[in-house]
Amino acid sequence: MGTTVIERKDGVRKSQMKQQSGGTKINVKDLDLFYGDKQALYKVALDIHEKEVTALIGPSGCGKSTFLRSLNRMNDLIDGVKITGDIMIDNENIYETNDVIKLRTKVGMVFQKPNLFPMSIYDNVAYGPRMQGIKSKKELNEIVEESLRGAAIWDEVKDRLKTSALGLSGGQQQRVCIARAIAMKPEIILMDEPTSALDPISTLKVEELIANMKKDYTIVIVTHNMQQAARVSDKTAFFLNGEIIEYDETNNIFSMPKDQRTEDYVTGRFG
Amino acid sequence: MRKFKDHLLRGCLWASAFLTVAVLIIIVGYIFYKGFRLIDFNFIFGDYSPVGHGGIWPMIVTTLYTIFISLIIATPIGILAAVYLQEYAKQGRLVRLIRYATESLTGIPSIIYGLFGAVFFVTTLKFGMSIIAASLTLTIIVLPVIIRTTEEALKTVPQSYREGSLALGTTKLQTLYKVILPSAMPGILSGIILSIGRIVGESAAIFLTAGTVAAMPDGIFSSARTLTVHSFLVTQESGDIELAAAVGIVLIVIILILNFLATFISKRLNKADY
Repeated sequence: MGTTVIERKDGVRKSQMKQQSGGTKINVKDLDLFYGDKQALYKVALDIHEKEVTALIGPSGCGKSTFLRSLNRMNDLIDGVKITGDIMIDNENIYETNDVIKLRTKVGMVFQKPNLFPMSIYDNVAYGPRMQGIKSKKELNEIVEESLRGAAIWDEVKDRLKTSALGLSGGQQQRVCIARAIAMKPEIILMDEPTSALDPISTLKVEELIANMKKDYTIVIVTHNMQQAARVSDKTAFFLNGEIIEYDETNNIFSMPKDQRTEDYVTGRFG
Repeated sequence: MRKFKDHLLRGCLWASAFLTVAVLIIIVGYIFYKGFRLIDFNFIFGDYSPVGHGGIWPMIVTTLYTIFISLIIATPIGILAAVYLQEYAKQGRLVRLIRYATESLTGIPSIIYGLFGAVFFVTTLKFGMSIIAASLTLTIIVLPVIIRTTEEALKTVPQSYREGSLALGTTKLQTLYKVILPSAMPGILSGIILSIGRIVGESAAIFLTAGTVAAMPDGIFSSARTLTVHSFLVTQESGDIELAAAVGIVLIVIILILNFLATFISKRLNKADY
């Protein structure tokens, strides 16, 4: 794994990985994002590789969630957001195509807090496929079982599929959220601090799940928890004030960061 | 001393709650006590005769007509307007203006609406004094109520539901139908129930637009008398409080039945379970 370090005028160092076996799934170039007049992201550039877990770390308000949400265009929901630059997924610019629906079926998302709908567990998982027009009961049953198994929660809920999903514990709900995302058969799954509302044991289960899922999906995870980034991710990007300070193999970020600010952050001097 | 204050506050809270319930019980009790004697099969289902104690069936039918017609027009328009304001419109000056207008409309005394109805629906559109003219006037009266309550209901739907649904590659319309409206249903329903109350309780506006003809209406273009107007007129003309109270009992029962029905229907429509 060779890395080339590009020295930028303002002294920010940025590592760019050479393409490796998985290939680049998401390619971000020169991404600027504004909320009204306030700029939230500055010239963000990042290559995210297929079937790897990429962690985005950084202090609160550094733009990591904003960046994550631009990957499935969830920022479109907020008035006054302006984006310039390119985000290519499989060499297609996602802001040039008008098919947001297709983009979001390909790029699933799991949110900070479990946000299951007030419906049964079954209906929650079948919701996406149904909206895509799948009506066959048999097919839906298969998708639901497969997705819940994929999210390692099938055994816990198989006897209560028709009961309200809101009766589950927080950790269970979050895994059903993951199942709901999997049910769309996405290629990429974005996770926005998926364990921040969970207890340690549930967190562990979700982390195990993420480790298992990366053989099938490209995962981008925002986390506040540096141990979590170290445990689950292959690559880590460190965000600060809307910029990527450093992006490298997770091991390198945590053991031999090149930038002083990265070192200060991962060693807990601020954040 | 602190304990005394605590007791005092507790006493005040209890007294307020008790007073509210007591007033309700006294009013309903008084009306039942005064009017219950008059209620029999003929009183409810018999035709009306100006001399002696005729039935009030024509007024019941007229009342149900006005409720049905006003709601069938006001509910869809009100819900759509609220959805537009809350979910689709860009939150700017225009939306604030519309919101301000709807709020002001709720505060206008109904006699003003009645005058407008009398001029516009009855005279200009040549509907004459009729059930349809009254119903359209009532539609305008309850529209802001439905818009406001629906908007409030939509606001209580967590943003995370919208995001969760849209992130699954659904369209805005699908999200609206399958997630947002079902979750907002209880609130929307309370708006409809409030509207039923407003419609049934209305007298001045109906008086001016539907007239006071105490006979079975031939259709929606005939003049007729609702229960509330009837109750008002019998008290005023003959001072027959007992008869007016009996009409009041029927009104209360009708409202209870309609509220029950509305709750039942919304439960069937609303598959969301909490």
